[in-house]
Amino acid sequence: MNTSAIAIRSLSFSYPKQEGVQFEEFSLDVPDGMRFGLFGPNGAGKTTLMKLMTGLLKYKKGSIRLLEHEMNGHPKSVNKLFGFVPQDYSFYAELSPRENLAFFGAWYGLSKIEIKKRSSELLEILGLTDVKDRYLHTFSGGMKRRVNLAIGVLHRPRVLFLDEPTVGVDVQSRHAIIQYLKELNRQGTTLVYTSHQLEEAEGLCEKIALMDDGKIIAHDQLATLLKEHRQDGLEGLFLELTGKRFRD
Amino acid sequence: MHTLKASIIKDLKILMRDRIGLLMMFFMPVLLVIVITSVQNSTFELVNNNKITLLAFNRDKGPEGARLLSALEKIGMFRLLPLETPSSDKEISVQMHVKDALVAVVIPVDFSSSIQKRAVDIASRALKDPDSLSQDKNLHATQPDSLLMFYHPVMQPSFRQSIEGAFHSAVQVIQGEAIVKTLYNEVNSHSIPPDLEKDILFGQIPITEIPVSRSGSRVVPNASQHNVPAWTIFAMFFVVVSLGSSVVREKISGSFVRLKTLPSSYLNALFSKQIVYVMVTFLQATVIFAVGNLLFPHIGLPTLHLPGDIPGLILVTLACGWCAASYAICVGVFSETPEQSNGFGAISIIIMAALGGLLVPSFAMPANMQQMLRISPMHWGLEAYYALFLEGGKLKDVFTNILSLAGITIGIQLFTLYGLKKKNLI
Repeated sequence: MNTSAIAIRSLSFSYPKQEGVQFEEFSLDVPDGMRFGLFGPNGAGKTTLMKLMTGLLKYKKGSIRLLEHEMNGHPKSVNKLFGFVPQDYSFYAELSPRENLAFFGAWYGLSKIEIKKRSSELLEILGLTDVKDRYLHTFSGGMKRRVNLAIGVLHRPRVLFLDEPTVGVDVQSRHAIIQYLKELNRQGTTLVYTSHQLEEAEGLCEKIALMDDGKIIAHDQLATLLKEHRQDGLEGLFLELTGKRFRD
Repeated sequence: MHTLKASIIKDLKILMRDRIGLLMMFFMPVLLVIVITSVQNSTFELVNNNKITLLAFNRDKGPEGARLLSALEKIGMFRLLPLETPSSDKEISVQMHVKDALVAVVIPVDFSSSIQKRAVDIASRALKDPDSLSQDKNLHATQPDSLLMFYHPVMQPSFRQSIEGAFHSAVQVIQGEAIVKTLYNEVNSHSIPPDLEKDILFGQIPITEIPVSRSGSRVVPNASQHNVPAWTIFAMFFVVVSLGSSVVREKISGSFVRLKTLPSSYLNALFSKQIVYVMVTFLQATVIFAVGNLLFPHIGLPTLHLPGDIPGLILVTLACGWCAASYAICVGVFSETPEQSNGFGAISIIIMAALGGLLVPSFAMPANMQQMLRISPMHWGLEAYYALFLEGGKLKDVFTNILSLAGITIGIQLFTLYGLKKKNLI
């Protein structure tokens, strides 16, 4: 765990017309193979940071290196190294899980055989085998979240970005998703995870960064931070560091 | 190639599962073509075959008024309905509504005397010494009182003018007959023999109409040959409603965010949509032409005769379809919401149709509009289809049109690429 999966140095970014969060001289390291949690109130800059790290947004100053590749203007081939599970459902609801996996698998550059093998494996692990040919618009929220995750990990990425992967799902689906994420991490995938489900995050994350207003306000092993701030849970730590003011 | 194939399969599956969308893309254009062709065909038949009800109010007590009505009937354009002379104009209007007539004619009281007086005047002038005629500047033929023609405001000017022309020709016959008879009497001191009168007045040279065609065939064009190709182009371009909004929906959906983080370029997705929708437009045209050719004769519409050069027809259809799909994608790329795409797309297609000569023939447009119609891809498509369907043209005759369509399409594609880059979509 000596190398960084993601290394952000002196990053400056702002949206056009100065709308939304701004980053100034922002730096952060996510060690390779870590289960890393990114937390903060609404508007803290978590989703913007995810978009910057995945190359969806371009920055003017500083650098973001993902497994040693600079993300500003990166070649498309770098996208094979990471997977992204956005907060919104990112699939075609008119297609079945199997058809979605076949389509996205081709876009990842996987061969037909690889797609078939990996799809069967993921559908089995995530409990979707029986519904693999049903159209997604007929699925429950939990089933859709599991398909959303399956697509993001289809190509066995080395780094996986997860933006609130369990929002609005039942206990069973959440359990299946978290267990699978831990298994992926055991196999060597670095997880960069953001969520408002702090209890779930406590069980998943080894290291966290608390953000507010485009700045890191705390960054360490979760156990160290809890001890340092004399808190017995992430929620208490969160409220102590970010306050109780509404952030809408 | 694997990515493109997967995208095409995905787009085809999504399209095939949207039954209402398919209905809109195939059933509605067929319905549009049937309705427009039926309407145009009935207008054609109204002018050429059916008779227009003409209310005739004859105030004239002499023989010429009756002769005029008889001459009008002989033209074959009118179904004459002689009525009692009305007391006022308002009564004529009421009668027109009651009898559902578009036109009424009122022959003035002194019509016969005016015609006869004018015939005598002209005959006496014709038989006078030419020198004394040129000196007598006060001598002019008497002008009869005018006929009154009442018409329904719904009647278009061109149609009104053709009715007015028929009236003029009937009056001409009456007037000519009176002048010939008077002249003959003056010269021969007895009445004109009926066969000579007929030869003088009705021995007109016939007019034979020949449609011009490149192939030399003399098939008379019908409403189907005119309307089906034109409205097929319109239907092809109307994919902007489904394809444009599909691009916007994908752009604003989560799947687009995912696509942007994948190793393949989003251009694959747009290229796939182009291929799928060119296939859709080609199928639309095939279905519409098949309906025109096979179904029209069974529902009382003239048969659509397919052009002799089928490869030419296929190439023109593909060029139109490619342009239509490119335009739809361009609208989708620049629109922020499906509503914007649908609204702008639909209205712009109607504007392009008007500019392209689908609504009003291009030869009837003012000079400045005739310059502008070159920017409408529908103009080039329509010209090419008309060359194939109406003039019996071959591929070489429509090659310029295909090149122009391809040029416009490439321009649209470059503009789309600019939009994709500007919006950070590729």
